[in-house]
Amino acid sequence: MTIQTRVGRRNFLASSAVVAGGFSLGFSFPFQASAQSPVKELNAWVVIQPDDKVVIRVARSEMGQGTLTGLCQLVAEELECDWSKVTWEYPTPGENLKRNRVWKNFSTGGSRGIRESNQYVREGGAMAREMLLAAAAAEWKVPAGELKVDKGVITHSSGKKTTYGAVAAAAAQLEPPKEVKLKDPKDWKIAGKPLKRLDTVDKVTGKQLYGIDFTMPGMLVASVRACPVIGGKLKSFDAAKVEKMPGVKKVVAIDGNAVVVVADTYWNARTALAALPAEWDVGKLGEVQTETITAMLKEGLDANEAFVGNKVGDAKAAIDGAAKKVTATYSFPYQHHVTMEPMNATARVTADKCEVWCGTQNGEAALAAASEACGLPVAQCEVYKMLLGGGFGRRGRADYVRQAVLVAKEMPGTPVKLIWSREEDMTHCQYHPTTMCKLTGGLDAQGNLVGLQMRISGQSILASLLPQNLVNGMDPATFQGVMAQGPEATYGYNVPNLLIDHAMRNPHITAGFWRGVNVNQNAVYMECFMDELAQAAGQDPLAFRLKLLKPKWAAVLQAAADKAGYGKPLPAGHFHGIAQVMGYGSYVAGVAEVSVSDDGALKIHKITAATNPGHVVNPAQIERQVSGSFVYGLSAMLYGEITVKDGAVEQTNFDSYNVMRMDEMPKVETVLVPTHDFWGGVGEPTIAVAAPAVLNGIAKATGKRVRDLPLMHADLKKAS
Amino acid sequence: MAVINVNGKALNHNADPRTPLLWVLREQLGLTGTKYGCGIAQCGACTVMIDGVATRSCQVPVNSVGAKKVTTIEGLAANGTLNKIQAAWVAADVPQCGYCQSGMVMAATALLAAKPNPTDADIDAAMTNICRCGTYVQVREAIHAASKA
Ligand code: FES
Ligand code: FES
Repeated sequence: MTIQTRVGRRNFLASSAVVAGGFSLGFSFPFQASAQSPVKELNAWVVIQPDDKVVIRVARSEMGQGTLTGLCQLVAEELECDWSKVTWEYPTPGENLKRNRVWKNFSTGGSRGIRESNQYVREGGAMAREMLLAAAAAEWKVPAGELKVDKGVITHSSGKKTTYGAVAAAAAQLEPPKEVKLKDPKDWKIAGKPLKRLDTVDKVTGKQLYGIDFTMPGMLVASVRACPVIGGKLKSFDAAKVEKMPGVKKVVAIDGNAVVVVADTYWNARTALAALPAEWDVGKLGEVQTETITAMLKEGLDANEAFVGNKVGDAKAAIDGAAKKVTATYSFPYQHHVTMEPMNATARVTADKCEVWCGTQNGEAALAAASEACGLPVAQCEVYKMLLGGGFGRRGRADYVRQAVLVAKEMPGTPVKLIWSREEDMTHCQYHPTTMCKLTGGLDAQGNLVGLQMRISGQSILASLLPQNLVNGMDPATFQGVMAQGPEATYGYNVPNLLIDHAMRNPHITAGFWRGVNVNQNAVYMECFMDELAQAAGQDPLAFRLKLLKPKWAAVLQAAADKAGYGKPLPAGHFHGIAQVMGYGSYVAGVAEVSVSDDGALKIHKITAATNPGHVVNPAQIERQVSGSFVYGLSAMLYGEITVKDGAVEQTNFDSYNVMRMDEMPKVETVLVPTHDFWGGVGEPTIAVAAPAVLNGIAKATGKRVRDLPLMHADLKKAS
Repeated sequence: MAVINVNGKALNHNADPRTPLLWVLREQLGLTGTKYGCGIAQCGACTVMIDGVATRSCQVPVNSVGAKKVTTIEGLAANGTLNKIQAAWVAADVPQCGYCQSGMVMAATALLAAKPNPTDADIDAAMTNICRCGTYVQVREAIHAASKA
């Protein structure tokens, strides 16, 4: 299968890099692999070529999470094709609009790729299968019901035999069936299995092209520097100082807030940009410091007004009347996604056309951004998606696409690739929002939780990026993981008196979606505090939780605890910390085994993670998402912190924004406990249990409760 | 015009002599398998081998390479056959987004050349490349598998 994929991509390469004149023609086809096919598609999702090669179209973006393999498995399952003959391609956003959004949503975030589209992509596969069988039946003049198909080979009881490739052309002429019956997941043969990814070989040979690798004849390369203070403006710049430098073709300002050097190579563009004098107008924003933001959030912790996200009974009265009261305040700083591939996009703009080549989590949003930036109607724009060198929510926003198009517009007809330096990338993100949280719990004389208040104070993502989606001013997503109801991120504890509310405080730093989003910090707050309550009640944290948790939440926590041997003896100095949450439609729990040396060095030995994602499409890929999630969540817990000085982000690269590496990686054990009654996401939920499980383990090991992240600021040394 | 030896071939380029090897490989020689991740020797995405030593090419001015032999990710598979590290990577289905993986494979190739049977501690010490997708568990597994291949 990998070879098929390579062939597809090699054709794409051949048409892009070598054939200069024919190049743009090649690209006016929306498709890479099936463009060479003389055969019509069976439907939007499936093309079968005469040599039996199966091309499956994937609308969602592949950024490492394995969605393309999972979606192909679902289509192939219903199609009953030979998996070793499967290859894939992206439809373009422009083609989607032209065809009445036949591929529906392109947006790839919120762990929605598979759970949101499984129904219609499976139907696409099933319909194609029915058409192929009908075509063979017509040719043989037998009822379709007498045919059997296995791995793309159709047989009839009379001994007749043919293949999908042989009947695909005839099948494509047939009316699609009105309705199809999907298989019971119990009968799956391709889906549900730990198959290898379809996109691996090119990633170990250097052949895989990402947006940053894209090239085409006549292309120039641009380097950009936006105002270091987000929201500030460009006052002046002195192009003459760098115009004569090697390779420089043009120096331009865009959007009134950024300077750009366009040159023959990135290195020349970047070198000239570094020498380009520019002055900025940052106004009052230049006075904002991290301390200013912290003070703003602190004030919100006790403010009278707040949006109520989850309320049961009367929490205040219950806590006031409780035998014992516990209070704690936590904080979670801004985080950066740091995709390994910095932001970039290539654009070519002419009088009547705008084309963009880029990695994006939302091709249609990129298309809209291109159209807005160049001023041409969407129908005259097109976006060609490349694989992403990481997304994590960062590439759901199309700011870098807008910039590339604005620059290309200044040089009509010339393709321009705009690359952000790591420093530009680090300082111009939409950051994981910062919040603080005050929790107060009341316990009765028997140690039962009678009332709980959770006040979140801090930034709203919707207010920053999508203010039109606020609900009467409230950002419902702030409550992810502690929501009152819904299939998405519901609170799992039965607390008789509960109040969870949000005092929205929005600093000028742009906030955005960051893998796991608000489940991350809400899980830290709630799950660490649950341990604090259990301790105050003199109870074991697992037993304390299990008394309160609803069945699905409890089951997954119990599964993780069982697998980890929770409660059984551990090596001397090792401790277990636990956490659970529901997010992105899935139920997850983690048990971290940690130790802390006398001089305060933390070692995370192992994390055992249990996941109930409802249906399992590829267990091997889920395992990888789980262990990868821990790297993401633990990096944030250990090191992740964006700070602000004079209005600007202080961190500029990996030397000031550290992330976890191999030597800190714990062993990971994954337990899947699917209940087969819903479709949950897997790319994000597990991130959220990593930090609280480890923090709860640290508290047991040291007696110290760390409530402010990142952990690198905490002193874990044994008190002497 | 200057010449450097990459993957067994003498290749011409006309970059400024102080240009980092990374950008000469990517922009002058079309070898885009070597990636830019940080430009300050922190992430390892740009790792190549220079005379067999794993080196972060973003910090190597091209004029310092001289006649030394540069090997990039594109130079590992001989006649289309993956080397044993690449093969182990495929068998363990290591890459997620894949962007860091060229550097990972190069660092692992250098490690196994120096230490055919690395311990976990050897792997920790040699593999300081950053992977944001979090493939560390699979990278370790693939290195151990390759050492036994
Ligand atoms: S790009 Fe060279 S180490 Fe990161
Ligand atoms: S596989 Fe994506 S950064 Fe390593």
